[in-house]
Amino acid sequence: MSVFIFIDHTEGHVKKSSLEALSYGAALAAQLGTTAEGILLGTIASDPAKLGGFGVKKIHHAAQESLNTLDAQVYARLIADIVTPAGEGVLVFPNNVTGKAVAPRVAVRLKAGLVTGVIALPDTANGFVVKKTVFSGKAFANIALNTPFKVIGLNPNAYTVKEGEGSAQIVSVTAASPTPKVKVMSTKTASGEIPLTEAELVVSGGRGLKGPENWGMIEELAHLLGAATACSRPVADAHWRPHNEHVGQTGIAIAPNLYIAIGISGAIQHLAGVNRSKVIVVINKDPEAPFFKAADYGIVGDAFDVVPKMIEAVKKLKGLA
Amino acid sequence: MKILVCISKTPDTTAKIAFTNNNTKFAGDGVQWIINPYDEWYALVRAIELKEKDASTAVHLVTVGAADTEPIIRKALAIGGDEAIRVNADSHDPYYIATQIAEVARTGGYDLVFTGKETIDYNGSAIGGMVAELLDLPYISLATKFDLNGTTATVVREIEGGEETDEVALPAVVSCQKGVAEQRIPNMKGIMSARTKPLKVVEPVAAEPLTSIVSFELPPAKAGVKLVPADNPAELIRLLHEEARVF
Ligand SMILES: Cc1cc2nc3c(=O)[nH]c(=O)nc-3n(C[C@H](O)[C@H](O)[C@H](O)COP(=O)(O)OP(=O)(O)OC[C@H]3O[C@@H](n4cnc5c(N)ncnc54)[C@H](O)[C@@H]3O)c2cc1C
Ligand SMILES: Nc1ncnc2c1ncn2[C@@H]1O[C@H](COP(=O)(O)O)[C@@H](O)[C@H]1O
Repeated sequence: MSVFIFIDHTEGHVKKSSLEALSYGAALAAQLGTTAEGILLGTIASDPAKLGGFGVKKIHHAAQESLNTLDAQVYARLIADIVTPAGEGVLVFPNNVTGKAVAPRVAVRLKAGLVTGVIALPDTANGFVVKKTVFSGKAFANIALNTPFKVIGLNPNAYTVKEGEGSAQIVSVTAASPTPKVKVMSTKTASGEIPLTEAELVVSGGRGLKGPENWGMIEELAHLLGAATACSRPVADAHWRPHNEHVGQTGIAIAPNLYIAIGISGAIQHLAGVNRSKVIVVINKDPEAPFFKAADYGIVGDAFDVVPKMIEAVKKLKGLA
Repeated sequence: MKILVCISKTPDTTAKIAFTNNNTKFAGDGVQWIINPYDEWYALVRAIELKEKDASTAVHLVTVGAADTEPIIRKALAIGGDEAIRVNADSHDPYYIATQIAEVARTGGYDLVFTGKETIDYNGSAIGGMVAELLDLPYISLATKFDLNGTTATVVREIEGGEETDEVALPAVVSCQKGVAEQRIPNMKGIMSARTKPLKVVEPVAAEPLTSIVSFELPPAKAGVKLVPADNPAELIRLLHEEARVF
C-alpha cells in the first residue's frame, strides 16, 4: 500500500502545513516499507519534481490553472480517481482549511476511515492506530482504522519538516476536471502577514490591554520576532482586533512553538485553542491568573511596563539596538 | 425554503475532562451537556434569522444520538427550530453519523444543510463534508457570513490568512462558525412552545462505522511555570532564546 500526500498551495507556494504532511507521509511510508506519492492539483511557481526532497518518489500532477482555487467537490473526485487504482493506501492531508473541506469528501468516495486532528505517526505494530486531539486540545484519542484506504488530517505544526535531496517523478493527470459548482467571487488576504495557523511564533493580547490603541507594542513585538498576532474572544467581540485573530474554543485552534499571552486571564475556553503550543509565556499583573498554571514562563507584572522592555531586549538580541 | 440544521451534544466548555473504563470512555457523569456552541450560536441562529426574513422557511433539526440528547434538542427547539428528528443511534464514527444525516436530508428534500464548524469534543470538522459528498452537493466549509438571494447563496468562508466570497446555487451544505450569527438566549415563549413542537425519533439506516476509539489519554502535566521578576524582562527573552530556543 502506498502513502499519498495532498499538496496544498497558495499563490504558487506549497504551504508549510503541506511540507509537514509530505515529511510525515514519507516517514509513514518508510515505517510501512512502501513509497510516498504526492498529489498536486493546480500549478506552483517552482519545479514540482523538487518536492522529492521531502521524500516523495512520485507526484501525480493535474496542472490545470483552474485547479488553483479550491472546489472541494472537484478536488475530491480527482484525488479519489488518482488513488483508486491502488486499491488501498493511506492518504495524508494537512488539517488546514483546505484539508478540512476535501478530506471528508475523499474519505466518503473511497469508503475510507477518516481521522482528522492527527498529531503523531500511527502505531502500525498491531493494526493502524492514530493519535488525534479531542476535547479542544484537552485530551487525545487513539483511533483505529481498519478500511483498505485510510484518510488522515495532520494538524499543522505537529510534525517537523524534514528536507533532504531528491527528485520526484512527475505523473501527469490528464483527467478532465468536473465543472465547479461553487463560484469564487473574490478573495481577501492580508498579504505580507503570517497566517495564524501557519505561524511558529504568536504574540497574543487580551482585555488587559484596555483598548485597541494599545496594540502598537503587541504588533511591534510580533514584528521583531517574526510572529503572528492573536487575541482573546472579548477583544475580537469588541472589534479591537479582527475576528480572524480570535483564538480559543470558538475561534482558531493553534499549536505554535511559542505563544506569548499578554493581559489574558487564561479562561478554559481560551486555553482550549492554545494549550498545544510548545512553549507558553504569560504576562499578567495578577499572580492568581489561571493562565500561569498552563504556562512555561511568566512575568507577574504590568504589560505596559514589561512589554516595552521585552521589545528592547529583543532588539538587542537581534542587533537592532 | 427548507433548512436542516445538524445539532450535536457536547460537554459544557468548562467540563472536567476525565476518562473511565480503562480510559476508553469519557467520564460523563455529573457533566453538564450543552448544544455544541457552533451548532447553536451560528448554524441554528442563522437558520432562524433566514426564517424571520422569509416566513415560508422551515427550520428542521437533526441529531444522531441516544435518548439522552433530547433535552439538547428541546433547547434548540426553544431557540427557534420548527421540528426535530432524532436518529436513534450512538456513534463516534464520522462516516456513520454522516450517513444518518444524509439519509434524513435526502428523504426530507432540504435546500440547505447547516452544520457547525466542528464538535468541541470530537473536533472532527468532518461531518459537513461527508454529508455533502454522500448527497453529491457542493460544500462550503468554515463560513463566516451567509446570505440568500432566492435560491443562490452568497457565503464568505475562512481561508488561510483571509477570506473568500463564494456563490453557490442551492441545494448545498455549509459549515458555520463565528460571524455567521450572534448567540441568542431562548425566551419564555420559546421554551413553552418547544414542549409541543414535533420531535420525531427514527431508527438508523444500516452503515458500517469505519473507525473506532481505542483509548483516550490526557496530556502530560506541565512542569510548572518559571517566573521571571517583573523588573527583568530581558532575562525572559534570554531564557526563550537560550533555554527554550524558540527564536
Ligand atoms: C462557550 C464559551 C466559549 C468561549 N470561547 C472563547 C474563545 O474561543 N476564546 C477566548 O479567548 N475566550 C472564549 N470565551 C470567553 C472566556 O471564558 C473568557 O471570558 C475570555 O477568554 C477572557 O478574555 P481575556 O482573558 O482577554 O479577558 P479577562 O478575563 O478580562 O482578563 C484580562 C486579564 O488581563 C490582566 N490584566 C489587566 N490589566 C493588565 C495589565 N496592565 N498588565 C497585565 N495584565 C493585565 C488581568 O489580570 C486579567 O487576567 C468563551 C466563553 C464561553 C462561555
Ligand atoms: N451526532 C451528531 N448529530 C447531528 N449532527 C452532528 C453530530 N455530530 C456532528 N454533527 C454536526 O457536524 C458538525 C461537525 O462535527 P464534527 O465533524 O464531529 O466536528 C457539528 O458541528 C454538527 O453540526
